[in-house]
Amino acid sequence: MAVTLTIDGRAFQVEAGDNLLHACLSLGFNLPYFCWHPALGSVGACRQCAVKQFRDAGDHAGRLVMACMTPVADGMHLSIEDGEAKSFRASVIEWLMTNHPHDCPVCPEGGECHLQDMTVMTGHVRRRYRFHKRTFRNQYLGPFVAHEMNRCIACYRCVRFYRDYAGGQDFDVFASHRYVYFGRAEDGRLENEFSGNLVEICPTGVFTDKPLGRLYARKWDMAGAPSVCVHCGLGCNVTVNARAGHLRRLLNRYHHQINGYFLCDRGRFGHGFADLPERIRQPLRQSHPLTRDATLRHLAGILPAAKPIGIGSPRASLEANFALRQLVGPDRFHLGLAAEEQRLLSLIIDILQKGPAPAATLADAEQADAVLVLGEDLPNTAPRLALALRQATRRQAFAIAGRLGIPSWLDNAVRDAAQQEKSPLFIATLDATRLDNLATAVFRLPDMEVARLGYAIAQAIDDDAPKVSDGSAEFLSQAQVVAQALAEAQRPLIVAGTSSGSRAVIEAAANLAWALCRRGRAAQLSMVVPECDSLGLALMGGGNLAEAFAAVDAGAVDTFIVLENDLYRRAERSAVDACLNRLRHLLVIDHSSHQTAARAEIFLPAADFAESDGTLVNNEGRAQRFFSVRPPSGGIQESWRWLRDMAAVRHEGEPLPWRQLDDVTAACAKALPGLSDITNAAPGAGFRIAGAKIPRQPQRYSGRTALHADRTMHEPKPAEDPDTPLAYSMEGAATKPPPSLIPFVWAPAWNSVQAINKFQQEVGGPLRGGPAGSLLIHRSRQARRTYLGEVPRPFAPRRGRWWIEPLYAIFGSEELSRMSAPIAEILTSPTVALPPADAARLGITEGALVELRLGGEIRRMPATLHPALPPGTGGLLAGTPESIGLILPGWGEIKACEGTP
Amino acid sequence: MYSLLKTLWLIFLHLFHRRETIEYPERKAYLAPRWRGRIILSRDPDGEERCVACYLCAVACPVDCIALQKGELPGGRWYPEYFRINFSRCIFCGYCEDACPTYAIQLTPDFEMSEYDRRNLVYEKEDLLISGVGKYPGYSFYRVAGLAIPGKDKGQAENEEPPFDPKTLLP
Ligand code: SF4
Ligand code: SF4
Ligand code: SF4
Ligand code: SF4
Ligand code: FES
Repeated sequence: MAVTLTIDGRAFQVEAGDNLLHACLSLGFNLPYFCWHPALGSVGACRQCAVKQFRDAGDHAGRLVMACMTPVADGMHLSIEDGEAKSFRASVIEWLMTNHPHDCPVCPEGGECHLQDMTVMTGHVRRRYRFHKRTFRNQYLGPFVAHEMNRCIACYRCVRFYRDYAGGQDFDVFASHRYVYFGRAEDGRLENEFSGNLVEICPTGVFTDKPLGRLYARKWDMAGAPSVCVHCGLGCNVTVNARAGHLRRLLNRYHHQINGYFLCDRGRFGHGFADLPERIRQPLRQSHPLTRDATLRHLAGILPAAKPIGIGSPRASLEANFALRQLVGPDRFHLGLAAEEQRLLSLIIDILQKGPAPAATLADAEQADAVLVLGEDLPNTAPRLALALRQATRRQAFAIAGRLGIPSWLDNAVRDAAQQEKSPLFIATLDATRLDNLATAVFRLPDMEVARLGYAIAQAIDDDAPKVSDGSAEFLSQAQVVAQALAEAQRPLIVAGTSSGSRAVIEAAANLAWALCRRGRAAQLSMVVPECDSLGLALMGGGNLAEAFAAVDAGAVDTFIVLENDLYRRAERSAVDACLNRLRHLLVIDHSSHQTAARAEIFLPAADFAESDGTLVNNEGRAQRFFSVRPPSGGIQESWRWLRDMAAVRHEGEPLPWRQLDDVTAACAKALPGLSDITNAAPGAGFRIAGAKIPRQPQRYSGRTALHADRTMHEPKPAEDPDTPLAYSMEGAATKPPPSLIPFVWAPAWNSVQAINKFQQEVGGPLRGGPAGSLLIHRSRQARRTYLGEVPRPFAPRRGRWWIEPLYAIFGSEELSRMSAPIAEILTSPTVALPPADAARLGITEGALVELRLGGEIRRMPATLHPALPPGTGGLLAGTPESIGLILPGWGEIKACEGTP
Repeated sequence: MYSLLKTLWLIFLHLFHRRETIEYPERKAYLAPRWRGRIILSRDPDGEERCVACYLCAVACPVDCIALQKGELPGGRWYPEYFRINFSRCIFCGYCEDACPTYAIQLTPDFEMSEYDRRNLVYEKEDLLISGVGKYPGYSFYRVAGLAIPGKDKGQAENEEPPFDPKTLLP
């Protein structure tokens, strides 16, 4: 409901129920604040947002109120400019500053510091306080976040985010009054996987980006580009920053339906793979560097006589994959996925397209009032979704507060009213997860039992659903409990995915959501997929890896063109070895080196996500464009350009007549009806604002005439960018770009990340210009209602064998981020996880060396005992050099072996 | 007409003024200490580099002719890994000196830096760094700042209390 609010004599229409600060900022006023955050709500801790409130138009005395703690009411009169309010706000800053160190020049926050902005905004310039400043010692907080505690203004944002929002336990506030200390009980790595957000949430330089500190640049000196995280399937929006050709850091880029204000640490600190010193920047032939011309000559020698197939990649852009598909032809294009994974992805697409339950955005997930997670260890496989589910468990708290008339933004009051009440969250996974402490109930089950649980719940909701006929009474009554909680909810959410490699789990999840839809609930599905373009690749369609291997075996194929893919991560080592040995030519295009690349006859250095552009499809089927922040250097070029060049030297078939990315995107959209909307993911290269491109560099970008002066006196012309509407310079449009093209956030008087307020339609709401990206998966009108699949047989333990499922680690399981220096620093070596009782029977103790036989492969590594694992099962950390090449899940033999790990 | 004649007359009178031509370079003109010429980087009273690589001079420079990269010495002291001024671009406006929070960068009364080759006008840190404090004796930024560096622990800067132990039970 809109109400009228009079601010300094002008009347405005605002939503009732918001707080005054929210309303003032949304209306575009510059009102200083510290402790309030749109995602954390108000606590009134800093007293910075004071405004004058008047009884009515005739009242001129008024009283000071904290804008963030005062609800908007109809007919309210207030003043931001009132002299008393202004001097109060200036005094608050002055008090905060009494203890503030004289650090700005040596503070990494300087230039994007909310405290600096607010100090300037209130006009406090001169220190009058003659007494001493309190000081603290800093802590070592791990490789991600640096700590400089002297700069704290005690706004409590960090601890409210870390503990209340992200569920971290190892960080807190200590001591009292002017000595409050924000840190850990003792030095050590911040354990929570969202710790990197402290960098953005802290309005001062207490918490700063440690990897950025190694090669530091100020915000005004870094070019920015809108990008998409490439480290899992959720597609969080990020901003990449670069200067002088080096990637410097990655920041959150606000998207109100996906990541909102927060990223996980894998996304924030995983970009280091792009700037490794050992990165290959020249084409290689048998490991010897080649010039571009020589490379093309060799390719011209190879390609005409070759019988090639193309192997695509779920971590390459749609455009790159499509270029490969066009080069080799659709029937010779293979997705580069294991057959089973490809089937699971196709199944997910089918479920989201044909079923009545739509894919949930992360914002939807936050609003779900009951959640069931089937077979996904979310903090490790889809971290940002886990953070969203943490918030979902607070629906009950908001409902309780709502009944008491407490507005949802009044954070402490909501928490006090709700006490420990939580919305239902059920988790069924093999091993313990870091979300368990929020769960109403957890079930520790192997994948087929997870699926059976899903079926049993569906059956308890809808009689027509497939029957679990052989379940124990206890099992069925557990299912009944979950079914009841889900059926009582208005917006239940079912989460499943490809992690456990089980088709039955995904089918059970779909059935369950559909059963809820039948009962009239607005049930939604969140399907977790492993990589940044998994779903896009599956939408494109093509052969799988097993078929590619078979074609080589049959002699029909003698050349692989592998695009940004390490085949050893996709199939058994022996199978890959055997296949690659039979090939005449192995051509690999990639930005990072890996075992497949090491065997390449010709290696073509591809541009990474920060120096190329393209479209990725996330787990809800949203196509999003990522943009380069720096042009490719050395012999590097975009994968699709390499493929186009290969088509040109091949002398047969069509050359690929593409000159810029838009040509590829358009050709892809035209050729593949399922992808026809990808052209709408972002404006094309011809987009201009008042005739100008959008500058990647802030207006104060410095050093232009000195940066290259050691090499040349002729200031190089900024690189051209034919592929995007962004320019590699500071020249161009001065107005705000549309959401998918925002290279950095800045607004007059707002240098910090909080400038995002000025880009939103309403604080905390959608960006001006609508949501970025375009949805490719639309629910069809005739939503299918017949249930899928059949109930799997119960888990039957086998003698001397263990059902080994993949386990995941946020740091370590994903291919690219594990190469990034700060993440590489904290990787642990993988172990075989076993239930303690089973291990004891085998005489295996924690840390002892064991031998694992699985499929045709044998691995030796230490064992760890996981009490949560059900008997007869085990787990192995997926995606590490030690575990790739094993097909999981599967039955493995385990025995103790001699030697030390 | 009148003003024209007046101008001619005034110029004619200059014939009888004292000559101001200086036999440069044999004789040098007096330049005030705050004259804005060749830029230097100074050291603090302890003989350490004053520049803390804060980038403020670079951003203040209207012709963008200053480039540097922040580095960090063991113990936490910020310093410029490289510091480059392209004097072929510099307009000697002195904004860098105004912006510098540490008195590191200073303009000096020296303009004799002509070169035949423009490349020689690119000065690196080795060319810029002098061994003294320049125009501002006495000031040391790190003695005021809260950042701890070797030789100056937390609580030892000006106006600082000793570091508080958050685990103490005393209020
Ligand atoms: S936190 Fe902000 S105000 Fe404080 S020293 Fe750092 S940049 Fe300056
Ligand atoms: S550390 Fe930062 S976020 Fe935390 S209370 Fe201090 S200023 Fe606020
Ligand atoms: S949740 Fe996934 S997409 Fe989001 S930041 Fe983390 S790794 Fe990237
Ligand atoms: S302003 Fe001064 S301290 Fe900062 S980088 Fe320039 S010379 Fe160094
Ligand atoms: S923002 Fe209102 S009191 Fe802190």
